[in-house]
Amino acid sequence: MTDLSRRDLIAGAAGFLGGAALAGLPLAVEGQGVAPAAPALPPRPVAPLDATTMPGAPTSALGERSPYYAPGRIPVGTPVGSSRTPLQDLTGTITPSDLHFERHHAGVPMLDPERHTLSIHGLVDRPMSFTVEDIKRFPQITRTYFIECSGNGGAGYRDPKPDTTPQPLAGLFSTSEWTGVPLATLFREVGVKPDATWFLAEGGDACKLARSIPIVKAWDDAMIVWAQNGEPLRPGQGYPMRLLLPGFEGNSNVKWLRRLELGTKPWMTRWETSKYTDPMPDGTARIFTFEIDAKSVITSPCYPQTIAAKGWRSISGLAWSGRGRITRVEVSIDGGSTWHDAELMNTPQPKSTVRFQYMWNWSGAESILLSRASDDAGYVQPTRRAMIAERGLYTDYHFNQIVGWKVDPTGAVTFHGET
Amino acid sequence: MPRRAMIQAVIYAVVVTGGLVGCSRADASRTDGTNASFAVYDAGAVAGGPGRGTSYAIGHIANDSLVNAMNVDVGQDGGELPAGRGSVADGAVVYAAQCAQCHGAKGEGLPTFPKLVGRDSSAREFQFATEAKGKTIGNYWPYATTIFDYVKRAMPLAAPGSLSDDQVYAITAYLLAANAIIADTVTLDAASLRSIRMPARDKFIVDNRAPNGSTP
Repeated sequence: MTDLSRRDLIAGAAGFLGGAALAGLPLAVEGQGVAPAAPALPPRPVAPLDATTMPGAPTSALGERSPYYAPGRIPVGTPVGSSRTPLQDLTGTITPSDLHFERHHAGVPMLDPERHTLSIHGLVDRPMSFTVEDIKRFPQITRTYFIECSGNGGAGYRDPKPDTTPQPLAGLFSTSEWTGVPLATLFREVGVKPDATWFLAEGGDACKLARSIPIVKAWDDAMIVWAQNGEPLRPGQGYPMRLLLPGFEGNSNVKWLRRLELGTKPWMTRWETSKYTDPMPDGTARIFTFEIDAKSVITSPCYPQTIAAKGWRSISGLAWSGRGRITRVEVSIDGGSTWHDAELMNTPQPKSTVRFQYMWNWSGAESILLSRASDDAGYVQPTRRAMIAERGLYTDYHFNQIVGWKVDPTGAVTFHGET
Repeated sequence: MPRRAMIQAVIYAVVVTGGLVGCSRADASRTDGTNASFAVYDAGAVAGGPGRGTSYAIGHIANDSLVNAMNVDVGQDGGELPAGRGSVADGAVVYAAQCAQCHGAKGEGLPTFPKLVGRDSSAREFQFATEAKGKTIGNYWPYATTIFDYVKRAMPLAAPGSLSDDQVYAITAYLLAANAIIADTVTLDAASLRSIRMPARDKFIVDNRAPNGSTP
């Protein structure tokens, strides 16, 4: 589905959904390339004038966020849909698990961890099944990786609009600390035959989502994960277990994983042929474009903020690469004429996320703030113009062009996508 | 116990006897807190190369019926296609009952559901990067077997898995005929579906992006 048809889709969605509900049709909206509106804010809570004059609230079973901080995803589509991480409301690099983006193709299944198993078969010596408890008995590893939907960034590419926030712009991107077992450990356990070159990963959701993965990824850094940020996976992230392919496009990180089949060639499922492929201007289409290239986005300042005063402030954002470590992030305050090295606020790890900042002394003049990431593969984020020349305006996935924000003399911040 | 499972159990027991050798080395590597690739960690635990020769003896020999129930995928060559058949005419009936409410009476799609049918006779039929045109089965899907796999796997949205193999063959036939790839008189079975070559079959190329971005 092209983004053009997605735009038509949004225009017609409200009326259609009403009619569909009346007719008893299943409701579904492709939730990937759209730029949904932010939800209305709840009324501001009232605090006592002097909290030192009375006892506070008692302890609680679950820690709630302050009522003054109410970030939220923007869910679109039932049951096929997505919800985006509010990057503008977050700091550091870890995405709180309840704000991790979702993208699924047939709803979030309810799976009983005592009944769910992962079976590995095909070109193996011993076809085997593993329960969640089995998976936990193997030697565990914990790694911090991002996951990004390959459709992330579409809202800022084809038709950049000034009233775009980081959430629709780049919110199909989240970072977590993942715990589980190397897939290589399980492949040793079943004894993968030497002629196996690909494996099919299949989810236990209603569309039994399936992707073919080159086996070299299993011997490199693929994981079967059951935990995220210190606790079992959230259902939207694949509970009770998922495939984690560091640096690979989100769709291939199959959630609710129930089966791995070893074979000698890719299966050519719907997702890896008709969907997550990249048509090129020369009339071909790239297939199996797994790696996420280096990318960055400034998350503060951003639309719809207004910078209240001249003077020093931090320009801050996120950078990541699916091919290795981020080595450098540069910031421009003049639309790309000059670039300055930003500070990397955490130690870059391969296929993970870096928070960067650059201290900026705003003079009150119009400024265009951009960020540009480089990685240890030697990749430097391209401009939008370069990407359009290479891949065409109507490409659907892997949008990693330089983007940023325009600050006008009143301090108003709007999205700047035409780089 | 089925014969295959019994053999597997025997092999497994033999492997287990010599297993757990890799344990201590694997444990030593667990303290690595970086994101470094653990290919080295893995290779170090496996005498003789990846995938061979060691075991923690955790897990269970797979139940054949469990795996067989899940293993219904149809790959690019269609070697796994089941018995059964379906005609374009039968497919039109099944399509109208099971598919049309979301994908439109003629596969034209609805605002929220993908278009399935549509061809363009021009030489620029595959210009999706530079022109705003919709991808369909006829102009974009490289393998006809994918239609069978996907419909059987995931459709219809509200009741996936409810279609018989004959019905899936029939829907596949209907969609291929609607996209002018087979004649309206065709009845599809495993052999005839395997023999279909899609118009976009040769358009797909291996990812040729350079890691350093010289081809973005």
